[in-house]
Amino acid sequence: MSTNRVVTDIKQVTVRFSGDSGDGMQLSGTLFSTLSAIFGNEISTFPDFPAEIRAPQGSLHGVSGFQVRIGAKDVYNSGDKTDVLVAMNPSALKVNAQFLKKGSIVIYDNDSFKKRDLDKAKFETEDPFTELNLNHVQTIGIDITSLTKASLENSGLENKDILRSKNMFALGVVCWLFNRPLEIADKLLEQKFGKKPALVEANIKALTDGYNYGDNLQLTATTYNIDVKESTKGYYMDVNGNTATAYGLIAAAERAGLQLFLGSYPITPATDILHELTKRKDFGVKALQLEDEIAGITSAIGASFAGCLAATSTSGPGLSLKSEAIGLAVMTELPLVIIDVQRSGPSTGMPTKSEQTDLRQALYGRNGESPLVVIAATSPTDCFDSAFEASKIALEHMTPVILLTDGYIANGSSAWRIPEMEDYPEINPPYVDKYYNGNAEDWKPFLRNEATDVRYWGIPGTPEFMHRVGGLEKDRFTGVISSNPENHQFMIDIRQNKIERIADFIPEQEVMGDKDAETLIVGWGGTYGHLLEATLHLQDSGKKVAFTQFRHISPLPKNTHDLLKGYKKVIVAEQNSGQFAAYLSSKFQDLSNIHKFNRIEGQPFKVSELVKEFTKIMEEA
Amino acid sequence: MNTVEAKNIDISGIKYQKYMPKDYKSPNPIRWCPGCGDYAILTCLQKALAELNVDPHNTAVISGIGCSSRLPYYMNTYGFHSIHGRASAIATGVKVANPNLSVWVATGDGDSLAIGGNHFIHTIRRNVDINILLFNNKIYGLTKGQYSPTSERGFVSKSSPYGTVEDPFRPAELTFGARGTFFGRALDVDMKNQVDTLVEAAKHKGTSVVEILQNCVIFNDGIHNKISDRNWKADNTILLKHGEKMVFGKDNEKGIVLDGWNLKAVTIGEDGYTIDDVLVHDAETQDNTLHMKLALMDTSVGMPVALGVIRSVTAPTYERDYEDQIAEVLKKSPKKSFREFLLNSSNVWEVK
Repeated sequence: MSTNRVVTDIKQVTVRFSGDSGDGMQLSGTLFSTLSAIFGNEISTFPDFPAEIRAPQGSLHGVSGFQVRIGAKDVYNSGDKTDVLVAMNPSALKVNAQFLKKGSIVIYDNDSFKKRDLDKAKFETEDPFTELNLNHVQTIGIDITSLTKASLENSGLENKDILRSKNMFALGVVCWLFNRPLEIADKLLEQKFGKKPALVEANIKALTDGYNYGDNLQLTATTYNIDVKESTKGYYMDVNGNTATAYGLIAAAERAGLQLFLGSYPITPATDILHELTKRKDFGVKALQLEDEIAGITSAIGASFAGCLAATSTSGPGLSLKSEAIGLAVMTELPLVIIDVQRSGPSTGMPTKSEQTDLRQALYGRNGESPLVVIAATSPTDCFDSAFEASKIALEHMTPVILLTDGYIANGSSAWRIPEMEDYPEINPPYVDKYYNGNAEDWKPFLRNEATDVRYWGIPGTPEFMHRVGGLEKDRFTGVISSNPENHQFMIDIRQNKIERIADFIPEQEVMGDKDAETLIVGWGGTYGHLLEATLHLQDSGKKVAFTQFRHISPLPKNTHDLLKGYKKVIVAEQNSGQFAAYLSSKFQDLSNIHKFNRIEGQPFKVSELVKEFTKIMEEA
Repeated sequence: MNTVEAKNIDISGIKYQKYMPKDYKSPNPIRWCPGCGDYAILTCLQKALAELNVDPHNTAVISGIGCSSRLPYYMNTYGFHSIHGRASAIATGVKVANPNLSVWVATGDGDSLAIGGNHFIHTIRRNVDINILLFNNKIYGLTKGQYSPTSERGFVSKSSPYGTVEDPFRPAELTFGARGTFFGRALDVDMKNQVDTLVEAAKHKGTSVVEILQNCVIFNDGIHNKISDRNWKADNTILLKHGEKMVFGKDNEKGIVLDGWNLKAVTIGEDGYTIDDVLVHDAETQDNTLHMKLALMDTSVGMPVALGVIRSVTAPTYERDYEDQIAEVLKKSPKKSFREFLLNSSNVWEVK
């Protein structure tokens, strides 16, 4: 079907599909990114959608977007700005105009850019492009609605279902623009709608017709070819952070030889972890939807007491509700993984938008001295490794671990090389009947392994090791309730020591970049991709700059202090008001080189802004 | 600390251990007030467990916060004294994690009906196979004397100096409202019925709620006197037994009869009532209408308070159905290694 045409090679491209929240833009975006990954590109995606399920049609606040950046290599994030925008209505154009690069292509649906639609988007003229000062963009108006209707008029589908296929027609045009083979898309659609052959057929037809329409009319002077990278051999899949988190827990349970238990309650943007794990009965996973956030975590604490790898998944408001129970897990020294997929706060905030504002809550949000482990995943695929590691630390050190991810990496996806599980470490929980050396009758629940300060795990059902735990302070020797002053001080200290000693079991913090750099860019968690790219830009322009992204927050890697001391300036960049910077300053009070960059807009960092702001800080005296 | 002195019994070559109540006693010093009704409940639980002959290491006692919730410390079983109101949710996790355990919850009227109300009703609704011992003394004892969700309207306490202006929960009503499958009631001092009721609760598959009318000797002494006092007990209580006539009184001379839609207490042989008019208790009927009426009988309306097993019906249990679902899925798709699972999922591609 291809004709003579100009094909331009490009390294990377960012495409945003945008329309009403019912227009199927998330599906178009997911299919495009997955097929590109299968084709051999690196991908990074950013679903950006409203909290409303179906906002009024065509309205500004109902715009749902899916951004995907694809390239041969170095795709570290989903991109600041777009090269191609698919706008299914005028509101989508208006909301996304700010993200358009100069000279970018806008593909829009003529049928939904009528006066009535323009009114809904609050345009004052009938020329939305001029009104938005978009004279620099290349516009391609296509009668997407009517062409889709024509394409599917004999499909036997109802009009409603035909209109739903508009997204496939649009996707077909985009596939044509980037020379994507439709065979992969066809296969993906068969998997997606496999149970409804009529829908598979209709979607493939709309997709193909969209592709051919682009090809026949030569909608643009040139189409684009994106290089394919050479990847490590192996099997790959496209995975988002929430799925990777669920997978990390399953893998850890398998490695530890334990049953996985999840106690949860639906909350945006964490619910997909519950969805995935409820599906995984084929691994014997017990994933329960409880009556509230508190029951989510307390049932998990019960399951942990009873010998499971237990986890609870939530977002910031849910973490608040779980605070008291987390303290109980600290006090009873039971293994527990608490996943907080951070979203914009305070209170209900902006549920579908991402930020890093729960760090303090994770570190300190409990009554009493209640130290625990905090880990932050750095990318969608790193959610797998982080969830695995969180589970390992929880089980081997008998402690709750808070795993911080965020809406951006939880919903965003990238290609993931399916791991060989032998490459992951063993997990050996300190079972009392296996590792305690003394007699059962002498054993008490808060006797510890002196090498680690970790107590032993006596699981109900184990003969002879019956014992009682609880929220009240216990005597360190006898395990009975105690309010002895000296004992309390001892227990406070040892609970803290136990966490700090975990630093012996985690890797040292690594730095990327120039050895003689004067400035160190510091980030933590899900901002990795943006900060890395900003650092590379700075290095390309000749700046002496290094970069490090923290995954281990509590305890910090052992070399953290030495590392931070070695630079004239340390710039801590976070999507909060400076919570990690303040944490570092309070830990290392001799440091006077800490500078901050903070943005809390509910949107990912913009690399261009990072470069500008970091340069400014570096150039200050 | 953990030694069990069970007798080894050998009957016709089948060896098993026969546990004694003392096998369930922990050496921890008991810290309840002298004269507290909790002592009797502790003893009854240990007797019931011995009668059930369940292994101490296969028993988990979970509690929340309050005087009642100290109970796990005094049991030589696995025990968890948790946080206020959450015992049922923790017990749900324990039971789902390991359905082979005998799981008990020790809780109070404040713990389960106020701060933990949500977990209480949802645990009952799910019918998780656990046994909830609801110590009802109609007062907050551990915080020194505030009214509770079961205190009668007008009750004067430290936090209601002019009397409360709210109606109480009646635990049975709440249990039935949550579609409870087992409800029993006992008096702390009535050891015989209490042990029997606990044994029945344990045998029941599903959430068993046993309301134990417990006396707080310090802050609400005598709150249950009308029914626990030796002089009134026979006339003011009725011990219900499945399949038996609902008779009560010192010489079983009284009975419960149906009067239109209502229950009525009568003296047999008076006003034309004979023993044939007296109702037979059916704890196992699914319809809870009569169970509700029986459970809500009260001396204030001239009726005896019902004790014993008021309702015990069969229904699917949560943790068993969960296990069955897993088994069903595994039957269709046999367990794979995690890597095999990933390799078999959709959208996998190979880079050669």
